[in-house]
Amino acid sequence: MMAAMICLGSLGCVAALLLAMAARRFAVTIDPRQVALMEVLAGANCGACGFPGCDAYARALVAGTAKPDLCRPGGAETLKRIAAILGVEVTERPPQIAVMYCQGGLQQARPKYDYQGLQDCRAAQKLARGPKLCPAGCLGLGSCVQKCPFGALSIDARGLAMVDRGRCTGCGLCVAICPRQVLALAPATESIHVLCNNRESAARVKSYCNVGCLGCRLCVRTAPESFVMDSFLAQVRYGRGQPAVMAEAMERCPHHCILNLDEQGNDQILPTPPSARERSTP
Amino acid sequence: MICRSFPGGTHPPGHKTATAHAPSLICPLPAELVIPLAQHVGAPALPCVTAGQQVARGQVVGRADGFVSVPVHASTSGLITAVEPRPHPCGAELPAVVLQPDGEDAWAEEYQKQSFHVLSVEAMLERIREAGVVGMGGAAFPTHVKLDPPQGKSIDTVIINAVECEPWLTADRRVLLEQMEKVFTGLEILKEVSGAGHAYIGLEDNQPDVAALLAPHCQKRDIGLAVLPTRYPQGAERQLIYAVTGRRVPARGLPMDVGVLVQNVGTIAALTDAVTRGRPLIERMVTISGPGVIRPQNLRVRIGTPVAHLLKQCGVTEEPAMVILGGPMMGVAQHTQAIPVVRGTSGVLAFRRQDVPITTAGPCVRCGRCVAACPMRLQPTFIADYARRDELDLAERFAARNCIECGSCSFICPANIPLVQSIRYAKGAILARRRRM
Repeated sequence: MMAAMICLGSLGCVAALLLAMAARRFAVTIDPRQVALMEVLAGANCGACGFPGCDAYARALVAGTAKPDLCRPGGAETLKRIAAILGVEVTERPPQIAVMYCQGGLQQARPKYDYQGLQDCRAAQKLARGPKLCPAGCLGLGSCVQKCPFGALSIDARGLAMVDRGRCTGCGLCVAICPRQVLALAPATESIHVLCNNRESAARVKSYCNVGCLGCRLCVRTAPESFVMDSFLAQVRYGRGQPAVMAEAMERCPHHCILNLDEQGNDQILPTPPSARERSTP
Repeated sequence: MICRSFPGGTHPPGHKTATAHAPSLICPLPAELVIPLAQHVGAPALPCVTAGQQVARGQVVGRADGFVSVPVHASTSGLITAVEPRPHPCGAELPAVVLQPDGEDAWAEEYQKQSFHVLSVEAMLERIREAGVVGMGGAAFPTHVKLDPPQGKSIDTVIINAVECEPWLTADRRVLLEQMEKVFTGLEILKEVSGAGHAYIGLEDNQPDVAALLAPHCQKRDIGLAVLPTRYPQGAERQLIYAVTGRRVPARGLPMDVGVLVQNVGTIAALTDAVTRGRPLIERMVTISGPGVIRPQNLRVRIGTPVAHLLKQCGVTEEPAMVILGGPMMGVAQHTQAIPVVRGTSGVLAFRRQDVPITTAGPCVRCGRCVAACPMRLQPTFIADYARRDELDLAERFAARNCIECGSCSFICPANIPLVQSIRYAKGAILARRRRM
């Protein structure tokens, strides 16, 4: 009994000594700034910065090979703290949010054919340029939903992707994956959008969609400062909009494609936006 | 002769009897022909006519743009009403020449029928190219490119592909039966142009009548007649070459790498017309069949004839729920009947609502049938899985790019997983990524 205890005890001591020596000898030196940066970064490993995960971005930041303003999910707060750690001056970029520019759901937009196959928008887009007659509308198969690391996207009852504006961090991954570019980043402060992505003429739009922008220019005539035409598609001039006149244009839009995503009580708005940090991993 | 057997493959029901034994008919001209400028692999032809212009049958309406490109011709005489984007079998709207036939059907020029022996190889290649001859089995690869291998490659064996392994289709069979002389002349031309010493005709054993008819002719002309066991995809180029010659085309290589040239029966007939009579490719054999068609038949159709016109000729029981251009295994379902017959269209199949079950993909049950069925010895279920998860590196490591998209795996899958679509998607994504890098 005693012999066994002494044996094991001394063995343990020797092993501990060896481990302690090994820890000294083979210690990996990490820049303390990298550890600090890891604390600061959003921790979602979303890849929006272009690096495979937050760790890689932190390493690149310390090495000086990456710009400090690439962590979109972190926002202004993270940017400020990164700048403090690295001791550099940065200018804050206005926060952005993804907007889904389409209202043509299953009831509103006519299908081109019945699609049965891989539930992926990019795969569907390859078959005769997508199962909807509209060449620019949301296909609703949810490639963006799968890609979003923050759970900010979902497919709603209309069969359209829906951005949860509270959870969206503006990382832009959904924008990159959408084969029809129907998702785009817009300033987070803007709430009024023309929810259509179709640049075709009124005759064509009318033939397949009840809610698409016709290019009638009514909004531009009502509020020339706030709207601008791109081919047959009206767009809000972000940063220059005058809400009072825009409200009138919204009233006059024949297909009601100008929406105020806040006031309309649209289901794209959550009443109490939870912070993005809380849902760090999907 | 002894034929080898390629690995994998499936046995889809043939459905060929409806159209196999009736002689082909000439399809009447429609009110409007839509002749796409992109009917071949390679650069689309450039339009050289304008709206309002009168053209003759066989006149060039689009000229070739580069080496891997062929001209496009007017299928009949008439008035060009427009040159504009029109629905194309690929699904998009692509530039096409719209032609209103005048009923005269007058040729632009007619060469005297002459023996090909007086022509040089270059002159024959030039005629094949000018006539717009492309592979008519479906791929539509310009034939003059195939016949003109780059330096260091030589062709010693020519194989005529009369296998027609796709269910329903019998167009190649009818060409072989009705234009046998042309096919044999074409084979002579092919041997002359490519310098090949051996020639074979590949056929499936579900056509014993054709085999019996061909046997004495082949013996007389020293042509090997390869009657192959009926199995899909026996007509795929690699599988046919292996079955007939025992040579394996390297992965992502070409048949010319092993000294073989494969041509479809329809291509040979068109090529003979091009060389001996200077006639462009403006007509082809098309099988119109399927459960939704009242009078299934083979029609000799002018290029550019809308599918709606063909279905009207043969009669449909109801508004078809699905129209497929090509065979059911590799053909493409179309969303409109306004699309025209192009040079690569071998069949038009119409299906009723009850023939098109609505399927939903289930989870993979790990039965391994797709692996057993793959003629390229791939593992379709893994590649499809990686495609779904965007794991392109893994998909590439599992040789996604070697897939010939024959559809055997999707056909056999008990869980209805869209395997081919997933693999195709992976192939496209891998190529796109390569181009970016």
